[in-house]
Amino acid sequence: MLYSEKVMDHFMNPRNVGKMDDADGIGEVGNAVCGDIMKMYIKVKDDIITDVKFNTFGCGSAIATSSMATELIKGKPISEALELSNKAVVEALDGLPTHKIHCSVLAEEAVKAAVKDYYDKNNIPYDPELFKESDCEHCEH
Amino acid sequence: MYVYVDNAATTAMSKTAVDAMLPYLQETFGNPSSLHTTGQIAKEALEKARKTVADCINADIKEIYFTSGGSEADNQAIISAAYYGAKRGKKHIISSKFEHHAVLHTLRKLEKQGFTVTLVDVNRDGVIDPADVEKAITPETALVTIMFANNEIGTLQPVAEIGKICKEHKVIFHTDAVQAAGHVKVDVKAINADMISVSGHKFHGPKGTGFLYARKGIVLTNIIEGGAQERGKRAGTENVPAIVGMAAALKDACDHLEENQAKLTAMRDKLITELSKIPHCVINGSIEKRLPGNVNICFEGIEGESLLLLLDAKGIEASSGSACASGSLEPSHVLLSIGLPKEVAHGSLRISLGESNTMEQMDYIIEELPKIVEKLRNISPVWEDLMKGKMEHVI
Repeated sequence: MLYSEKVMDHFMNPRNVGKMDDADGIGEVGNAVCGDIMKMYIKVKDDIITDVKFNTFGCGSAIATSSMATELIKGKPISEALELSNKAVVEALDGLPTHKIHCSVLAEEAVKAAVKDYYDKNNIPYDPELFKESDCEHCEH
Repeated sequence: MYVYVDNAATTAMSKTAVDAMLPYLQETFGNPSSLHTTGQIAKEALEKARKTVADCINADIKEIYFTSGGSEADNQAIISAAYYGAKRGKKHIISSKFEHHAVLHTLRKLEKQGFTVTLVDVNRDGVIDPADVEKAITPETALVTIMFANNEIGTLQPVAEIGKICKEHKVIFHTDAVQAAGHVKVDVKAINADMISVSGHKFHGPKGTGFLYARKGIVLTNIIEGGAQERGKRAGTENVPAIVGMAAALKDACDHLEENQAKLTAMRDKLITELSKIPHCVINGSIEKRLPGNVNICFEGIEGESLLLLLDAKGIEASSGSACASGSLEPSHVLLSIGLPKEVAHGSLRISLGESNTMEQMDYIIEELPKIVEKLRNISPVWEDLMKGKMEHVI
């Protein structure tokens, strides 16, 4: 099969799917032209991500990696969420096909974008190095 | 309910084809090149299959070359015409933007060898204008290769008109008839084709079979060198059981062409009518000039691979031209060639019907598909932006 059981489970029954009207931070990454967009909403209290929701336009692995990323950061301090790597998402899903790894990169970036938005909205100083946008080397857009 | 609607990818073998093949797997296993009785029986079967195939497309037995499939036939046809032309100072080839990769990638290889290729445009309906082909012809043109029917959107091309133009200009005309053979009437003389490519597994024959029709007088270049099989033009011991199976399948398809067409068209049109009711979707390709079993549809705001996976979970097996589904990073070149923006092309679905599909299965698709589209749109940020007016609808 193309995907692991875990990927299929998170694709068929995505966790934390939805929108959030009172989000403290919203991150949107990706491009419709490339075929995937992730939008992540976070609720923050005392530096802890108390709630997280996502919406994704994309393939099975884009939806599954978004879902897994929300699971991995929910209830965690922001500092831990910022340490979430795409590799950790892939491992938690029992692997992804090589040509789908970029979906996990997008999930990592969606989390970071949401945190950055939270920092910006609340005038919290941060090291811009943390949010350096990676070049999307997979596609020309 | 299990619903296989990916018949343009491949078909299940028919009982007719399997039954025809079986004796040649064990009892009559001979090599057609062997002089002994077992070999000669295999040889007879091979030649009988050649006659069957030739009759189906109104050709002569000496014009049929068995290959490993449609891709090999496309490669050989194009390379043969190119090299023949090159010897006469003709190094220009005309094709179209939405050909199969077996054609496009062969042309790309020839470009590296100094050939010039003109790819004519395809209109919004997925049909090529023969006038565009005629305009592209120069004194250096060695070959025109335009497909009979498109593999993704199922549109039928004006091959008879293009064939006539090529004949008038004395240019070799090849058509990739892989999706057409066995599904619509393919008569090589009626369309003035010099060469056509056919694949066995698209009409309930075995995989790994196909043939090249090359009109008498066409000079072929070998792609596979070796023994003197296929009149010295395609080496390698013939896959006798598979060839016999393919011939039986093609004859079966041609004998029942009209009734199969009527059955498939009725199912296709029902799908098109009902699925068109889903908001912000578009049927790709001309409805009139279309293979009987093809439905190709794009849904705005969703991505094709996730659509396929959810359909699969409901037992419905189809395909998509989305980048993710194909394993490449670009959406289908066919959908882009008819002018669809990439973001819309990512949300495509191809349903390709076969004779064993039923109206009950169509009802099931009509019931399940809109629910799946809605489910994906509900979690799509693109759809959200479209709904909020942040993005404009394209379809």
